[in-house]
Amino acid sequence: MKISVKKENGFVEYESSLVDATLLEVLNDIKQTKDNSLAFSSGCRSSVCGSCSMRVNEVEVLACSYKIQDGDRVEPLKNMEVVRDLVVDMDKAYSFNKKAKAWLSKLALNNALDASDAKINEVQSDCILCSSCYSACPVYAVNGDFLGPFALTRIWKYASDKREDDVQTKMSDVQTNGIWDCTLCDNCTVVCPQNISSKADIEMLRMKSAQFGFMDPNFGSFDGGFGFDGSPSF
Amino acid sequence: MKNRYDVLVVGAGGAGLTAALNAKESGANVIVLTKEYPTRSQTCMAQGGINAALGNAGEDSVEDHIANTLKSAHGEADPEAISFMCESAPKAIEWLDSIGVCFSRTEDAKVAQRALGGASASRACYAQDYTGLKILHTVYDRCLEADIEIQNEKYLLEILKNSSDGVCGAKILDIRSGEVEIYEANAVILASGGYSRIYDKNSTNSTASTGDGIATAARAGAELIDMEFVQFHPTGLKSCSILISESARGEGGYILNSKGERFTKELAPRDVLSRAIDAEIKKGEEVFLDIRHLGEKLINEGLPQERKLAKLYENVDPVYELMPIKPVAHYTMGGIKVDRQSATSLKGLFACGECANHRVHGANRLGGNSLLEIVVFGKVAGENAALYAKQNGQTECLEVDTSSVIDEIKGYENVLDFYAKREHLGDLFYKNVGIVRTKQELEFALREVQDIKANISKLGVSDTSKVYNTNLVEFIEFKNSLDVCEVVVKSALAREVSCGAHYIV
Repeated sequence: MKISVKKENGFVEYESSLVDATLLEVLNDIKQTKDNSLAFSSGCRSSVCGSCSMRVNEVEVLACSYKIQDGDRVEPLKNMEVVRDLVVDMDKAYSFNKKAKAWLSKLALNNALDASDAKINEVQSDCILCSSCYSACPVYAVNGDFLGPFALTRIWKYASDKREDDVQTKMSDVQTNGIWDCTLCDNCTVVCPQNISSKADIEMLRMKSAQFGFMDPNFGSFDGGFGFDGSPSF
Repeated sequence: MKNRYDVLVVGAGGAGLTAALNAKESGANVIVLTKEYPTRSQTCMAQGGINAALGNAGEDSVEDHIANTLKSAHGEADPEAISFMCESAPKAIEWLDSIGVCFSRTEDAKVAQRALGGASASRACYAQDYTGLKILHTVYDRCLEADIEIQNEKYLLEILKNSSDGVCGAKILDIRSGEVEIYEANAVILASGGYSRIYDKNSTNSTASTGDGIATAARAGAELIDMEFVQFHPTGLKSCSILISESARGEGGYILNSKGERFTKELAPRDVLSRAIDAEIKKGEEVFLDIRHLGEKLINEGLPQERKLAKLYENVDPVYELMPIKPVAHYTMGGIKVDRQSATSLKGLFACGECANHRVHGANRLGGNSLLEIVVFGKVAGENAALYAKQNGQTECLEVDTSSVIDEIKGYENVLDFYAKREHLGDLFYKNVGIVRTKQELEFALREVQDIKANISKLGVSDTSKVYNTNLVEFIEFKNSLDVCEVVVKSALAREVSCGAHYIV
């Protein structure tokens, strides 16, 4: 089986004798037996650490959970600086969690969440920060300040949690370069290895924001705009 | 490049981040360095749960938690440390709940709990089978809130000491730039993880669990203790050693041989069960984990990762098929000797998490106690390091240069492939320093380790790049593993009587 891997000076083709193997197993085999200089990141091998995200045939995958096929073309994630070969610098993507203030506003004591409350943000809290969603996001590609998919999912995780008692502030933190900038293209959902839909979470954030009186700035920016009730405002 | 902090934390898993948070809350100026990114550590792989005698799923008591932990430890633990940990457990869960950890819950609005091996009650609080992941990410979010500086892809090369023998910082390789950097700190906390990867592919662990912090601390003069105690998890997937969580048995899974017979008690402590499975395999049987009778609904709700991983790596769907398993290295009880304040034998050096040995697991750890340990002792380490840093003031590193092991490695011949050696050694350790040990096998393994160490300059790296040289980093990790291997075998040889996970015949 042959696969091509993007290195510093373009694609390099490698032959692998492994069958029914994950991409990570193949990359390890290449690194250990054919090309010691091949650079990629990995960790848990079981899809929970988020280290080995990369692109195969232009689609984001975790190398540890993707089974290779003949002719696969392997590249680093997009929208992030390539450090070397398949390794990208994820610091910036990570930084959006802080920028978006993705945490509970204050410590929540005496909680009484039941089984159905726990279901509300169960999926959102599965996120492994692999950054595949930032790689696939066309908005982040053109606006480096866009808070981006996993940070917004994280905000929804906290804002939808019954332990959060200042949802309004949570909403105000994601108005600029946040929920209204998303085009709802759904790329993030498609590539998420944890089956999280940041797009759906962003829609929830929009609805919640509207409840607190926040508006889509794109809508409000029309010349001669419209008021809340749809009537022209002068 | 010079950087100065009150407290330097090496490692950004559950223990390191909890320590950083508590050091910061104690008023210290803190930095966290990790060789990966935060949230990528071994903590994210902990699935089963975190123990606390809350009694949310049937009667339980702190006394029982202590008694179960002591029993599993086989007399090799510190009873006071265990009492402290178990008594602190309900508070630890309360804190995790307060910062927003998405635990599974009961209908009557309590944190859900389930049974794990060796526990007299359903004591493990869980979040589906993502318990460690959800705890780790939430603690990380809290560190962001606390504005703690975290620097990624920084690899620990050396712990720096002054002539007074007090720790004054660390020498660090910036993996991205290839530069060696000095970080000065009044106190250093190691939270760098365990050493299960000395068994190479015969381990459930992340490839990062290479014992770096332990080897580095030992080189600086810190004492290690009980290094022979390595826990083999009974249910690693046969072909890839990926963990199938104990919760699969907690929920009622069976262990079967090729004849379809149950031959052992599924919820026996891990060491006992691993030996039973190992013996069955040595008889020529194949061994399987069977959860088919639990039903698709329960499997999807409580064990979703298990199903995904079994399909991916073994091509079996556990809803309909048996999962082939073998016991594999999973957790290392041994580590850097620390006291009740998480202080090592080196002044100013603290340790917590799997790299440390607080003597709460003794000769065999109970499932659900390691997540508890990192939260409870992460706090202890963070607070005490901050206190130490405050009391001792600035300890400037007197003599520092940026020469390091890297310069030495550059001179190695690289005529032998270290990846092959690493695999060979991992397999040898699995066989000779594994579930059942003999003096002769241990002595053979020791000779092998010492032989590789003596000829280390024949190995080396072929990648000469300065930027993100994983070939080099993996080689330094291997060198650290070799140091750890030697101590593990020597400790195993020194303990002539079987005890817990150390079983010698």
